[in-house]
Amino acid sequence: MDVTIKIRRYDPEAEQPGSYWEEFAVSVADNATVLDALIKIREEMDGTLTLRCSCRSAICGSCAMRINGHAGLACKTPLALVVDENNAITVEPAGVMRVIKDLAVDFEMFWDKIRAVEPYLQPAGVEPEGEYIASNESMLHLSGVTACIMCGACVSDCTVLEVDPTFLGPAALAKAYRFTADPRDGNREGVSRDRLRSLSEETGMWDCTRCNECVQACPKGVAPMDRIMALREQAVEAGFTNNNGARHTNAFTESVGHSGRLDELRLPIKSVGGVTNVGAMLSYAPVGWRALTHGKMPPIRHKNVENVEQVRRLFRKLDPDLAGPQIGRNSPFG
Amino acid sequence: MLEHDVLVIGAGLAGMRAAIAASANGANTAIISKVHPVRSHSNAAQGGINAALLDRGDDWEDHAYDTIKGSDFLGDQDAIEVMCRSAGSALIDMEHMGVTFNRDDEGRLGTRAFGGQRRARTFFVGDFTGQALLHVMFEQLIKSQVRSYEEWFVTSLIIEDGQVGGVMALEIRTGQLHAIRAKTIIFCTGGCGRIFEPSTNALIVTGDGMALAYNAGAGLMDMEMVQYHPTTLAGSGVLLSEAARGEGAYLRDKNGNRFMERYAPNMMELASRDVVSRAEQTEINAGNGVNGCVFLDCTHLGEALIMEKLSQIREIGIDLAGVDMIREPVPIRPGMHYIMGGIKTDIDGQTSIPGVYAAGECANVSVHGGNRLGANSLLDTIVFGERSGNHAAEACRSLPFVDFSEDEAVAREERRIKEMLDRPDNGDRWGAIRQAMGESMVRNVAVFRDEQSISEAVRDFAELRDRYATVPVENKNRIFNTDLIFALELGFMLDVADTIAYSAVERRESRGANARTDYPERDDENWLKHIVAKKGEVGPELSYLPVTITKWQPEERKY
Repeated sequence: MDVTIKIRRYDPEAEQPGSYWEEFAVSVADNATVLDALIKIREEMDGTLTLRCSCRSAICGSCAMRINGHAGLACKTPLALVVDENNAITVEPAGVMRVIKDLAVDFEMFWDKIRAVEPYLQPAGVEPEGEYIASNESMLHLSGVTACIMCGACVSDCTVLEVDPTFLGPAALAKAYRFTADPRDGNREGVSRDRLRSLSEETGMWDCTRCNECVQACPKGVAPMDRIMALREQAVEAGFTNNNGARHTNAFTESVGHSGRLDELRLPIKSVGGVTNVGAMLSYAPVGWRALTHGKMPPIRHKNVENVEQVRRLFRKLDPDLAGPQIGRNSPFG
Repeated sequence: MLEHDVLVIGAGLAGMRAAIAASANGANTAIISKVHPVRSHSNAAQGGINAALLDRGDDWEDHAYDTIKGSDFLGDQDAIEVMCRSAGSALIDMEHMGVTFNRDDEGRLGTRAFGGQRRARTFFVGDFTGQALLHVMFEQLIKSQVRSYEEWFVTSLIIEDGQVGGVMALEIRTGQLHAIRAKTIIFCTGGCGRIFEPSTNALIVTGDGMALAYNAGAGLMDMEMVQYHPTTLAGSGVLLSEAARGEGAYLRDKNGNRFMERYAPNMMELASRDVVSRAEQTEINAGNGVNGCVFLDCTHLGEALIMEKLSQIREIGIDLAGVDMIREPVPIRPGMHYIMGGIKTDIDGQTSIPGVYAAGECANVSVHGGNRLGANSLLDTIVFGERSGNHAAEACRSLPFVDFSEDEAVAREERRIKEMLDRPDNGDRWGAIRQAMGESMVRNVAVFRDEQSISEAVRDFAELRDRYATVPVENKNRIFNTDLIFALELGFMLDVADTIAYSAVERRESRGANARTDYPERDDENWLKHIVAKKGEVGPELSYLPVTITKWQPEERKY
């Protein structure tokens, strides 16, 4: 198969460093991966092409990069599946992280975030003499998360990290979940209260916008966003609701469950804990003013949708414990 | 100058285990690796880790016997005893650290069957046990706060008046050279699989530590013992775990026959790896394969079992060969996978050079002898990694730092690097030399080999060595210059390649992985001994060491 690989390159030692595209025409086997082509370019055409790669079997996590604009492992991507009608693909370094050279990016922020979640088992009490007794189901569930190879594909394509580098991000939060969901971690009941408390703070689990990019990007089926949603459930379950994220979720559910639609005026107010939060109220002022002057202010009087009882019935069906429209408990909707 | 009591080179399982142990014993410890620790090749171990747990009715002596028989009686029985006795506590330690081992119905650690063993004693995490262990060990490394030099490449040892005083290392992201002084050095640099093409090994597995130790005067022992794994994927040569056969998969020829019944009627597909690889190669040579492959048949195992226990290798089959093992047999063949040989050490990891240790695949204790059992390598890394770290931490208390000039050491290495970067373009490439070396190795020092074929490899390597002396480095820059690193690695590989070929031609018998068609029988009278290669004037110089036999006398090996 003859393919054209368009690579976004960057040489930090050039006289005027800047990124640029370079095309390579290569001939590879029909079942070759993107990595096979890149290695061929590096070994036979241009020794200056720089990328990380090692295992060639999607286990070392070295070769995450953007292929046709989306993050993935070069070694796990058959060329035949991604070439366009001209047998061409584009390859770029992973996003969010700083480029060092060509396709090699600086992982320091990635590891800083991993270290920030205290990524090691912290059991309470005395270790048993033998192994901890745990169900196979619980271990299989965790193995779905520990299958993470720390390749950074999720971080590369995270839309929150793109604008807010302080967010812990999908990889670190999935790593954190690996401990909070471990029956061996935390107190005697296996509840990791300290972890859930700190992960509920700003930059943590509530900063995810649920865009689903990390689920798409993950080459190992870890589905980081789903783990973040599970973290939220655990945190609320453990009583950590005194934060904007949990309140937002609660207010969201309450509004839709009550009136069938979102009360866009009260949602942000309830999220920050009500009008008594003067600081937050003041910070909303400019947005409110702009909304008002542009005719975008949500109605002050919030109306129910027609047949609101049908919506309420739906909510009751989702959670039979809900007696009426006032939903006091949390759900991952948010 | 950067200075540490204990400097561990390589951050795979053995390296991180050694560093954590040394640090826990109070030594100022650092670990240095050319890749980030979680990128290390321990990741690639799929099937599991062996341990004989007393409370399951298993016995370390049974594990030891299986290991010794697997080694074709070349393993040192005192070392094997140490490993098998420690296995239980090493395993439980890993569980306590957080490894998510598969469980049985009672919630206790579950086992699967593995090759060459009479009972199921392989503990596992799906089919990615190595990755699971490696990441947990990295978690412990973070917890230990050991200084970690990530993406630093060790280019040479600093030897002053015959004493090893530290290492020279290239900080890859800046291209800067650093001297690091150390009282003790522990090599945990893994194997040398990229000397072979194809190989299941990752691209980073280039024998760096073996070559550095060899060039400093240490002995490389039993280097002819190279394991060809029975199930590597057609085409890419990527590994498909022995776990597949452990879970009940069959090997079939092109007519669907389970040919192992003719080679190992009792253990069938779960005979030792050397035995199964020879059987496959014999069938392929006899024309009973398709395109140089036979088949791994998992279709009768059922989707549920495959998804729970073999999901990763299923994905590999789909991604790299377009074959879904749930539905059809996968074409496989023997492929280079592991080297039993390595830097000769004692049971505490000490090499013949004072203050220099080795553990893991780069070392030879020797627990694997002529053939390693599946799932003994992870165990080897953890047990002997820890022992080396403990011993080095203890030893450095009475060891002084070796005195040397940092400026001179850096300047010397700068000159060497500059010479390589300044070479004029002559049309040659390191990639072409490596490819030729790898293909010669797989052609000539293969599952079956003889004097003529191995001698051909020796001649090839001499020629390639001449080319290597003038091979240009295309990338002249300093920041993240992988081109330069690959060229340096190729030098390491050529050194190690010689020791493999010289040892293979020397052992004039068939034992373990060294199957000589010109000497088809095992010859205990003359060859029940280790071969040690040390650097000589013009190539490896060979000598012998006795095999330690405690209570298991050599016997005929049948499966």
